[in-house]
Amino acid sequence: MEESSSSNVPSCEKRGKMKRTKKRSKEEDEQEEQVFDFNNKPADKDDDEDGLSDSEDSVFSGLEDSGSDSEEEEAEVSHDDDDEDDEDDDDDDEGEQSQQTEKKGSEEKKADEYEHDSSDEEDIRNTVGNIPMEWYKDFPHIGYDLDGKKIYKPIRNKDELDDFLDKMENPDYWRTVHDKQTESDIVLSDEQVELVKRLQRGQFGDVNFNEYQPSVEFFTNEVMLHPVTNRPADKRSFIPSLTEKEKVSKLVHAIKMGWIKPRRVEDDSKGRYYDLWATEDSSILAQHRMHLPAPKIPLPGHQESYNPPPEYLFTDEERALWEQQDPSDRKLPFVPRKFSSLRHVPAFPRFIHERFERCLDLYLCPRQRKMRVNVNPEDLIPKLPKPKDLQPFPTTQSLVYRGHSSLVRSISVSPSGQWLASGSDDGSVRFWEVCSSRCMKTVQVGGAVKSVTWNPNPSICLLAVALDSVVLIVSPSLADKQVVSASERLLTGQQEEEPLEGAGPVWCEAEGEELNQGIRLKIQHPKAVHQVTWHAKGDYLASVMPDHSSNMQVFIHQLSRRRSQNPFRKNKGLVQCVSFHPVRPYFFVATQRSVRIYNLVKQEMTKKLQANSKWISSMAVHPGGDHVICGSYDCRLSWFDLDLINNIDRCRHHKRAVRGVAYHRSYPLFASASDDGSVIVCHGTVYNDLLQNPLIVPVKVLRGHVITHDLGVLDVTFHPTQPWIFSSGADATIRLFT
Amino acid sequence: MGGLQKKKYERGSATNYITRNRARKKLMLSLPDFRRLCILKGIYPHEPKHKKKVNKGSTAPRTFYLLKDIRFLLHEPIVGKFREYKIFVRKLKKAYGKTEWSTVERLRENKPTYKLDHIIKERYPSFIDALRDIDDALCMCFLFSTFARTGKCHVQTIQLCRRLTVEWMNYVIASRSLRKVFISIKGIYYQAEVMGQLITWLVPYQFSHDHPTDVDYRVMATFTEMYTTLLGFVNFRLYHSLNLLYPPKLDAKAQAELKEEDEDDYAMNSESYLEKLSALSASLARVVSSADEEEAELDQFPDEGEDVEKMEAREKEQKQQEAQRKMFHGLKFFLNREVPRESLAFVIRCFGGEVSWDKSICIGSTYDVTDETITHHIVDRPSIDKQYINRYYIQPQWVYDCVNAKILLPVEDYFIGVTLPPHLSPFVEEREGDYVPPEKLKIMALQRGETTANDQEEDNEEEEDEEEEEEEEDDDDNADEEEDDEEEAEEKNLKEMEEQRSQGKSLQVKVTPGKVKVENPARKEQEEKAEEKRLAIMMMKKKEKYLYDKIMFGKKRKIREANKLAAKRKAHDDAEKAQKKKKKSRK
Repeated sequence: MEESSSSNVPSCEKRGKMKRTKKRSKEEDEQEEQVFDFNNKPADKDDDEDGLSDSEDSVFSGLEDSGSDSEEEEAEVSHDDDDEDDEDDDDDDEGEQSQQTEKKGSEEKKADEYEHDSSDEEDIRNTVGNIPMEWYKDFPHIGYDLDGKKIYKPIRNKDELDDFLDKMENPDYWRTVHDKQTESDIVLSDEQVELVKRLQRGQFGDVNFNEYQPSVEFFTNEVMLHPVTNRPADKRSFIPSLTEKEKVSKLVHAIKMGWIKPRRVEDDSKGRYYDLWATEDSSILAQHRMHLPAPKIPLPGHQESYNPPPEYLFTDEERALWEQQDPSDRKLPFVPRKFSSLRHVPAFPRFIHERFERCLDLYLCPRQRKMRVNVNPEDLIPKLPKPKDLQPFPTTQSLVYRGHSSLVRSISVSPSGQWLASGSDDGSVRFWEVCSSRCMKTVQVGGAVKSVTWNPNPSICLLAVALDSVVLIVSPSLADKQVVSASERLLTGQQEEEPLEGAGPVWCEAEGEELNQGIRLKIQHPKAVHQVTWHAKGDYLASVMPDHSSNMQVFIHQLSRRRSQNPFRKNKGLVQCVSFHPVRPYFFVATQRSVRIYNLVKQEMTKKLQANSKWISSMAVHPGGDHVICGSYDCRLSWFDLDLINNIDRCRHHKRAVRGVAYHRSYPLFASASDDGSVIVCHGTVYNDLLQNPLIVPVKVLRGHVITHDLGVLDVTFHPTQPWIFSSGADATIRLFT
Repeated sequence: MGGLQKKKYERGSATNYITRNRARKKLMLSLPDFRRLCILKGIYPHEPKHKKKVNKGSTAPRTFYLLKDIRFLLHEPIVGKFREYKIFVRKLKKAYGKTEWSTVERLRENKPTYKLDHIIKERYPSFIDALRDIDDALCMCFLFSTFARTGKCHVQTIQLCRRLTVEWMNYVIASRSLRKVFISIKGIYYQAEVMGQLITWLVPYQFSHDHPTDVDYRVMATFTEMYTTLLGFVNFRLYHSLNLLYPPKLDAKAQAELKEEDEDDYAMNSESYLEKLSALSASLARVVSSADEEEAELDQFPDEGEDVEKMEAREKEQKQQEAQRKMFHGLKFFLNREVPRESLAFVIRCFGGEVSWDKSICIGSTYDVTDETITHHIVDRPSIDKQYINRYYIQPQWVYDCVNAKILLPVEDYFIGVTLPPHLSPFVEEREGDYVPPEKLKIMALQRGETTANDQEEDNEEEEDEEEEEEEEDDDDNADEEEDDEEEAEEKNLKEMEEQRSQGKSLQVKVTPGKVKVENPARKEQEEKAEEKRLAIMMMKKKEKYLYDKIMFGKKRKIREANKLAAKRKAHDDAEKAQKKKKKSRK
């Protein structure tokens, strides 16, 4: 390309010369022009040749860029030529015009114009230059002429009215132009107006210019026989270009390296569908074992209908609630609406939202396999033997023993089952006949009775009563004479005073009035006694004084010898209650958290039972001696099997603290009393097979006691022979259920 | 104690999961690309059982992916395509920056594309899997096909969605597999049974959407890209299972019928075919031209014992379905211009009816309003000027209700200007104890073939009867309560006496004649049983008790809700009745 352009330059120069000559001599012959043409031709041909070689090259290399460039340049060049031609023509025409008919005045005007005409600027009478003329607003002059003199503004300023009048009166107003530079009005001549009109129409300014005149060919198309010059062709015109070779090799390299890719074949297979599942192989299936398919969107219910049944529409309150709720808490994500016909139904505004949320759920929500429990709730209920088959057990309340004026803390039934003793906070111990609910005897002991216990030996009729820090032994004389005398004998049998170490209990006999009431012995303890319990033989009794600080919490008294002893040397926690083993020489001590079992003969601890409850309230030992139940203040009932140490059955039947528990002596029944005012009787079958757990079946919930001061049933005990149960409550009554 | 100390979190569940950021780094993808990959490949986060263990002791909220899933993504060829695309974008930007237009053009021509065929095949190894998951695809495509062709997504996508949904609807018509339709406030739900799979999709009403600003359309577009591919392949397979041509062609006969009209009014030549297809009024061409569909009859297998019953039941069901399929056979519908044309044409054609509309509404109408053989004219305006005597003028809900009830319902309730009966959801299957709206009961009775008297008065009487019954029941309840009251009263008396006694007052000795307490043996037994159950519940283990309580709570809540609905309904009916009476008395 460069070559071609360089070859063009001289030809241009030549042509320039030609023109100058042409200007100089306007009247020249056609022939001369012809000659000039002839002169010009070789150069032109040269051009053509160059172009040709270029194009050949480009064909060879397969690239079109260079060829097209050279073409363009040529075109430009030729265009330039044409322009110059036109100018020449114009000049000629103007010359002619001036020679032809022209008025003198106009001639002068023209001369006037050309006076100031320097280059392309037409009129610089004012030398201020191209500035906004407002800058001269405040001055009397408007600028400076070529000599540096001020050009003054016309004295009379035109205002709107003048303008208007001018417009109305002056017939030349329409062809008047205001020159801002000189602040003068110029009236255009007819020619000038004509020129303006022509230019507006898009015509040539000159009237006489013929735009369709035949073109004069610069170069002939006739091929001459002989070349004008005899210069041999350049070498470079017939060997491949080096620079081009370099370029091509670069491209080839780029193609080889894969930097330039061939044009991609339009792949139309994108939107084409075929039978994708023609061959279904199960090999891929194995990969997807962990795959959890997305759950489907739940199907709409009646509420979503455009015309739902009236009950599904929101009432005002429901609507208010719906609006108040957080969108995540709402049960329905929309408000049900009713439309009388299909054409009233509008677009759902949250449609795109819902779809978008579904999309988010599909790709953002963690999925987790959740096992849906699909059980029949009836199957969960354990199959228990029917309570009917487990009879007898107490079912109905049959008697109410009234008489106490304050809550009855403790009750006890005589071993014969005929008498019932009860101790109350009103400071009395009452003896009732069980069958008739008659109060046979009342003993005023003068203090809130904490515990009463009947001697379990049927041949002795004695009662131990704990109140404040005293344990009283009462002989109610409510039995055969023989029995009464036997008990009297026991009390008076061997009186042996033994000096005890300082803080031990003191035995003393009752006198006077108390003796008349039946109180026989008083055992003074150092602290308040909470519970008293008999050994099965009826000779020993144990008393509990719960205290954190000392080791003197439990005393065992021997009645026949009037002797007391403290079995423990150490304080192992707050003792709640104690009990003797019915047959063997074991002693049960329940502290807050656990039950310890001591062997009294060997004087060592044999077992410790963890109740897993916060605070044990009461304890009962099975008449066989192998099982223990504990009630606790945290509503629990624990059943221990002594043979299997860790086997605990815990039940939580009560709603509130368990106050008392009891075993029946002969029937497989036990009961628990609680602050919620109920007594629950359970059937506890103990199997001989050690591997089988005892089967505990609650058989009856007995209600009757009224809850007073947040206390319900305080104590419960079974009748020794019958399947009856007594319960004492905070409502100052004792009730018998049979 | 020899051996190396075991390090924490180097085995077990901690190694099975990977957080999202780490997964992204492992794949060397940007977050949008990672998101796109997850969408296309169907990878979703997993919730580990022990989050703290997996999270290496931290409790920060993180999303976890299965490490296996991410490894599986590593070998995905499409990841490479994503990178190529990224590079392409970079090059293009550079070329723009340098204003090298020829390079831009060349790059544009070589724009990398990718296909999702293999991913579809991988995600849905069998055709049934694909069908199971087609619900969302259909919903999405139907939504996108209603978008305006400006702005939110590529016009090609919208056109493709439209094409695919039209193909799908044509398939459903050809296979007669539509089962249920439900007009909800969101849009119209359709349920079809295709190859034993129940497929439900939701079509929005034909309104222009106002596009929300808080929705990421790129996510939706990625999903749509996947779904259109899936739906295309599914359509192909379905068409071939019916021996239909794919891409669908109109039947020659039907086409000839349609030809008569001047088509130029509706669409350009390139679009008119799709438009004609989407008119849903003509049947499709088949590969093998069969005279009529032959229904595969259920073969009789010699079975013994219990199977016979099952067989019979199945046969019965099949017959019922057959009847439903041909429900609108021989009926000629004409759609007025205000009813939703596409939905109704689709439903009617699915059940064998003929349908047409005014010529000026849409391409593809087959007969005029003046046709004397039209049996049903579907109108949704309060009144109509010119009525023909030999056709029913009904509201569009009739068609949908008929489909759901599987029988032709009486048209009286659906005449012009009549208050429509409620439109019930066909997807609700009431179980025992659930609330059943009375309208549903009525329809069920009709299905069973019980003809309820049409007269309003008799209806009223029935209602009254029902009410009376209810009242009687109420009475029973009251009686129970009364008994309870008696007992309570007795107890009160006793208590009073006890109190008096305990206060030490002398009782007024008075003998009152005793009453014989009538014991209801059934009631007693019931009570006993209830007590037994209560006692047994006491003996439940803690875990089971918790579960039992939960189940019972759910049940109770359900009952409560049902009762609430029933009460609401009753109140509504009472109010209505009172109004009616008022009107009557005024008259």
